[in-house]
Amino acid sequence: MKFAIIVFPGSNCDHDCYHIVKHVLGRPASFVWHKEKDLTQFDAIILPGGFSYGDYLRTGSIARSSPIMTAVEEFAGRGGLVLGICNGFQILLEAGLLPGAMLRNKSLKFICKDLYLRIDNINTPFTLKYFENQVVKMPIAHAEGNYYVDSETYSHLKKNNQIIFRYSGNDGEINDEVNPNGSIGNIAGICNDRGNVLGMMPHPERCGEQILGGEDGYTLFESMLYYVEKMKNKS
Amino acid sequence: MISKDVIESHGLTEEEYGRILKILGREPGIVELGIFSVMWSEHCSYKSSRIHLRKFPTKGDRVLQGPGENAGVIDLGDGLAAVFKMESHNHPSFIEPYQGAATGVGGILRDIFTMGARPVAILDSLRFGDINLPRNRYLLSGVVSGIAGYGNCVGIPTVGGEIYFDEIYNNNILVNVFALGIVKKDRIFKGVASGVGNPVIYVGSKTGRDGIHGATMASDVFDESSEAKRPTVQVGDPFTEKLLIEACLEVMNAGLIVGIQDMGAAGLTSSSCEMAGRAGTGIDIHIDRVPMRETGMTPYEVMLSESQERMLIVTEPEKEKEVMEVFHKWDLDAVVIGEVTDTKKIRVINRGDMVADIPIESLTDDAPLYERAISPPPYLDVLHDLDMENLPVPEDLNKVLLTLLSVPTIASKEWVFRQYDHMVRTDTVVVPGSDSAVIRIKGTNKGIAMTADCNSRYCFSDPYTGGAIAVAEAARNIVCAGGEPVGLTDCLNFGNPEKPEIMWQFQQAIEGISAVCRKFNIPVISGNVSFYNETNDLSIYPTPIIGMAGIIEDISKCMTQYFKNDGDVLILLGNNSEEIGQSEYLREIHYKIRGVPPHLDLVLEKKVQDLCLYGIKQGIIKSAHDTSEGGLTIALAECCMRSEDKGNVGASIDLSDDIRPDALLFGETQSRIIITVTPENVKALEDAAKTMNTPVKVIGKVGGERLVIRHKSTTVIDLAVYDMANVWRKAIPGYLGETE
Repeated sequence: MKFAIIVFPGSNCDHDCYHIVKHVLGRPASFVWHKEKDLTQFDAIILPGGFSYGDYLRTGSIARSSPIMTAVEEFAGRGGLVLGICNGFQILLEAGLLPGAMLRNKSLKFICKDLYLRIDNINTPFTLKYFENQVVKMPIAHAEGNYYVDSETYSHLKKNNQIIFRYSGNDGEINDEVNPNGSIGNIAGICNDRGNVLGMMPHPERCGEQILGGEDGYTLFESMLYYVEKMKNKS
Repeated sequence: MISKDVIESHGLTEEEYGRILKILGREPGIVELGIFSVMWSEHCSYKSSRIHLRKFPTKGDRVLQGPGENAGVIDLGDGLAAVFKMESHNHPSFIEPYQGAATGVGGILRDIFTMGARPVAILDSLRFGDINLPRNRYLLSGVVSGIAGYGNCVGIPTVGGEIYFDEIYNNNILVNVFALGIVKKDRIFKGVASGVGNPVIYVGSKTGRDGIHGATMASDVFDESSEAKRPTVQVGDPFTEKLLIEACLEVMNAGLIVGIQDMGAAGLTSSSCEMAGRAGTGIDIHIDRVPMRETGMTPYEVMLSESQERMLIVTEPEKEKEVMEVFHKWDLDAVVIGEVTDTKKIRVINRGDMVADIPIESLTDDAPLYERAISPPPYLDVLHDLDMENLPVPEDLNKVLLTLLSVPTIASKEWVFRQYDHMVRTDTVVVPGSDSAVIRIKGTNKGIAMTADCNSRYCFSDPYTGGAIAVAEAARNIVCAGGEPVGLTDCLNFGNPEKPEIMWQFQQAIEGISAVCRKFNIPVISGNVSFYNETNDLSIYPTPIIGMAGIIEDISKCMTQYFKNDGDVLILLGNNSEEIGQSEYLREIHYKIRGVPPHLDLVLEKKVQDLCLYGIKQGIIKSAHDTSEGGLTIALAECCMRSEDKGNVGASIDLSDDIRPDALLFGETQSRIIITVTPENVKALEDAAKTMNTPVKVIGKVGGERLVIRHKSTTVIDLAVYDMANVWRKAIPGYLGETE
């Protein structure tokens, strides 16, 4: 299984994604410059975190016009796995590959800390190795992660099981107190209708090794690997 | 004709101007005057400090590059090296906190990647005034957002630092930024313009009118009119910096360049002069070719602008095209603006006209050098006098502890470091809050511990001892993380060097720092001097901040300060003693800034550190924390209060020292480390202590939910850790009117 990690000007978690795929998961990974146009040789695409184009104008709004994004859309259209983390999530929203928009954090401040997430859907290529309703610890690091959608879309997301991660207490409870940024329904990550495009604000690549304080993020990459190498081969 | 007013407004003395006339053999043009003015400013020339800085020990087995380059370099083994330095951005941050702090981060990062190293960690040492004053809260918020805004965007984790609050900084805050990078040993680059005929390339942001005379501003005292200098503060663009880092590392890794330097203080002027100066060459600059942000800029403005995110690169003619291609790939401006010559002069040419023609040596090595007058300040006798007899021991020592936990200098800094991305790059093994920050080095078993330290009240009372303690404490912090100290950088923040008592403070601090460096074999590899930290004739406390790095050979053994398991045994390395002069306790509880700082016994200090490092390397020690501000009790409390999700751990302690209880609990005696071991390992530790002739004492046990301290069987402290943590965590948000 081959991962592509898209590098936009200002991406800064690209090396971290490369590290977890290549050295922790042990699978090939390549950096793909945003001016490239071809992704056909890859099995999964990661849009890493960072500050593409310095977050100028709006987070993700300039990167979504990069040449590579046409290829990302085609790749997703063919059912390929696309994972957007943090700024990558913001780019997917701007590109229209996922519904909704990001607002500034409720506190108006950048927040970097470990917190708990409840996994609300394990029937996706990204979460199939987690347990039902598993509570995991992952860090966030963003100033604009206050996810917003209109109530109609929100109901649709819920009904369609597109809400994958919610900010929760360590017991899995969902309430305002454990919502770090004001995100609607404590949403931390969502997928598209088809389930092959995931956007999430927390950083799974930052918690994939015991030395960094936890391995809960590793399971996400493991799930993708399992999906591509085992399940896809079967079908 | 250059008038007296013009000379004065350039910060040059009459004598210095006379010297310019002699060097040139004629009257300078205005561009030349500007060049002399910035190159001879205190900030660029170190004219008051150079004589004293020579006393620092700068050599060592691991030193690959000492002071004099953009940053110092230490050999890490495995073919790798660490590049680090610390720099101040005090005056700009006071005038415009967000941009001042942000560009402080940007500047130091450029010093690091200029050496060919990828920056991997940032630490900040900050000093603010009284947090109760609105202006100081505004400065705190602005500086923290500025550091966050820049560091987070470029994707380099801010992993630690320190903050003190004291009214002495009300009108002159300190913003010192430390950065460290990693480089392959055979890929270190220097700021040299060698090879006559080689092209000089300008890369990065366009030049604007911002920051003109920034270096001169940093070399002057402050008063009410300083607010008007806001336009001389540069504006940072971290996005361009990020592109510059990637593009520069790309051309360096491809072996495409000869020399490189960032345009920091004094911009194009200092970078071109210093690069040619180091190489013993000359340089021609075609000023009209410089990419400019606005029209109508004069050569004077372009030479003196301190616009951010710009670099000067020297390459070979045949590699020029490839260099250009890399920068254009990253959408950065790159223009050949000049060439290396054999004239040993800087010549600035504007559309064919020579507007400056100056021998480079006169701007660098032969810049003015002053041996300023030195005399001890008159206030020392009064300051040192502390009447312990008439200092009552408070009845409720629990209350004292809670009060100290809420003092902003001691309180939790979570509010600050939550705003910093301290995890990006996935190397941060010990996150902010413990004694040192620790990052791993991917591809090796090693780690690097980093810390920044200085107690400026100690330095005010006794700059020699204060300087010495800053180094000793930094080393202690490194050791507590399981690191072996390998080198330090300093940021020496002082008042007006033209005052003899300030120069005395400076000279004494350097002596004290040097003494510990020699004893501990820790070389000074880079540094920065910031004078004129003085507003309306009131100088800050002398604040020589020490940034230190240490190597952890086996990252799996790195250590934190937090208590781990119930039943672990607490052992104190070192001795308790009755010292409360210049302590936080004395200041916050008795409202006195009196006495001498704690005594520093270098022999004992070394023994304590050696034993601690030995115990960590042997895998005996489970937690290690040194005592500093707030003394033994605050240190114990800090060991109990873990991060929210990990919960708190209590401890029960019995002390029997013949010392008055307030001094025992809150005195700041040096050379003490609190460690924990399993009961089975107590003997191993005690045996090691005996062999190493180091005083140790079992003082208690980890467990329960309370911190209980008994002194000669009387309970002096008994508090729920939860309650302490509550006060400690909520203090800084509380001062800022925020509930979270």
